[in-house]
Amino acid sequence: MTDKTVLNATHRALGARMVDFGGWDMPINYGSQIEEHHAVRRDAGMFDVSHMTVIDLHGARTREFLRHLLANSVDKLKVAGKALYSCMLNERGGVIDDLIVYYFDDSHFRLVVNAATRAKDIAWIERQARAFDVEVKERPEFAMIAVQGPNARAKVIGLLHEADRLRIEKLGKFSAAAAQGPRGMPLFVARTGYTGEDGFEIIVPEEHAIALWEALAKAGVVPAGLGARDTLRLEAGMNLYGQDMDEDVLPWEANLAWTVALDEGRDFIGRAALEAQKAAGVPRAMVGLVLDDKGVLRHGQKVLTAQGEGEILSGSFAPTLNKAVAFARIPAGDPGDIRVDIRGREVPVRLVKYPFVRDGKPCEGI
Amino acid sequence: MSEIPGDLKFLKSHEWARVEDDGLVRVGISDHAQSQLGDLVYVELPEVGADIKAGTGAAVVESVKAASDIYSPISGEVVEVNEILSDKPETINEDAYGDGWIFLVRPSDRAELDELLDANEYEELVENEDH
Repeated sequence: MTDKTVLNATHRALGARMVDFGGWDMPINYGSQIEEHHAVRRDAGMFDVSHMTVIDLHGARTREFLRHLLANSVDKLKVAGKALYSCMLNERGGVIDDLIVYYFDDSHFRLVVNAATRAKDIAWIERQARAFDVEVKERPEFAMIAVQGPNARAKVIGLLHEADRLRIEKLGKFSAAAAQGPRGMPLFVARTGYTGEDGFEIIVPEEHAIALWEALAKAGVVPAGLGARDTLRLEAGMNLYGQDMDEDVLPWEANLAWTVALDEGRDFIGRAALEAQKAAGVPRAMVGLVLDDKGVLRHGQKVLTAQGEGEILSGSFAPTLNKAVAFARIPAGDPGDIRVDIRGREVPVRLVKYPFVRDGKPCEGI
Repeated sequence: MSEIPGDLKFLKSHEWARVEDDGLVRVGISDHAQSQLGDLVYVELPEVGADIKAGTGAAVVESVKAASDIYSPISGEVVEVNEILSDKPETINEDAYGDGWIFLVRPSDRAELDELLDANEYEELVENEDH
C-alpha cells in the first residue's frame, strides 16, 4: 500500500511518470527531466514534497531536549522563524536522519524529516523526548511545496496578501514566517531548499495545497519531479540520506562536519563516538568526482585510489554541466589518480571541491 | 505515444529490428522504452565488425536515471553504428523508430527474425505492462 499526497491526482492529470519513493507514489518527471532541471536553474520550478514529515515539538524543555537530540546546536536559533540543518545521530555517531529544525519559541520547535525514515525517526524522537516531557506531534494534515529558482521568490511573493509581501521579501536565508496565500490560505514560508537555488519551501494545510499549486502554475512556475530534484541537489553538493550517509556513517565521513557543533558542555547523542573517531583519525573521506569523458557515474560503482577501494555514493549525469558528477567515499590519505570501474572499464575521473553548481552557474574548477 | 511502424519486429525487452531492402537489419529501442527511460544522456555503441549474438547485450543506453543494456534481436556482424548518438543521444528520445536507430547488422541466421514479436504483439505487451 503506497501513500499518496493530496496532489497525487494533480500530478497524474499532468501526465507525470509516477514511482514508489520511500512508500509514496510520487512524480519522477512530468515531461523531460532535463528541462525540469533547467527550469529550476534558469527560472522557477516547483516540487511536491508533501511526503516529507512535519513534526511539532511542544513543552517547556523543548530547547534543552533538542540540545541533546541534535548534533548541530539549536543555541544558534535565537530569533523566531530561524531554521537550522542538523543530523540526528545514534549513540555510535551514525546518522539516523538529516533534518531541518525551525524555532518558534522556547516551548515550540518544528522538525521536517525525510519521508523514507519517518517511522524510525518518530520512534527515536518519542523515546528520547520522554525524559524531557516534550510532546511529539506529527502534522500529517500539512502538504509541502518547494518553489525553487532565480525567479521563485518573486513568483511566490506575487501570490501573497499585500500586507505580507514586503515582510516575506525581506525574509533572510534559512528563515521562515507565516503569511497569507491566495484566498487568504495560511502558509508557512521558509527560505530554504534542496536545489542550490534561492526559493521557498512552503508548508500549507492539505485542503489548500491544490489551489496553491494551481496558482503557482498560473504564475509560470514549472512542475518538476523528484528526478530533477535529485540532479539539482547533487549539483548543489547536498547529501541524500540513505545514499550518502546512513546509520553506519559518521558525519566526518559524509562531509557533514560543518553541521556538527562540538560546543562546550553540550552532551548530545553520538558526541562521544564522534570525538573518539576524530581523535583516532577518520578512516574515510567523502569527495566530489567529475567524469570529463563520456559515460555516467552511478551509485555503487567501484572507485580505485592509491589508498584502496571506495565507492560512488550519489552519482548522475549533471544537466547544468553536461557531464557526470558524483560523491564518493574513499579511504583517507592522498588518493593519487582516481579511476572508476564502469562496467569493467577503468575510467579516469577528476577529484574536485564541490558544490559543482551554485546559483545557476558551474563552480570554479568543475 | 507514437504509432508503432508495422514493418518492425520486437524483442520483449523493447528492442526493434527492421529488415532493410539490402537484407541488413537495423536495430533500435521502442518509443515506449525511451519514454520509460527518460532523457538519454549517453549511448555506448558496439564496435563496427563485432560479432553479436541474438538476445545478448550489444549496446548500453544511459538516461539521467539509469543504465540499460540493449539486447540484439539478431545474430551477425555489426556493419554500421549510429555515430550521431555519440553527440546527440537524445535523438532516441526524439525519433526512436527513425533517426534514433542504434546499429546495423548483417544477419547470420535470418530465421531468428521469426521468433520476434510483430508490431501488434508488441503493442499488446506494452499495454499489459502499463496496467
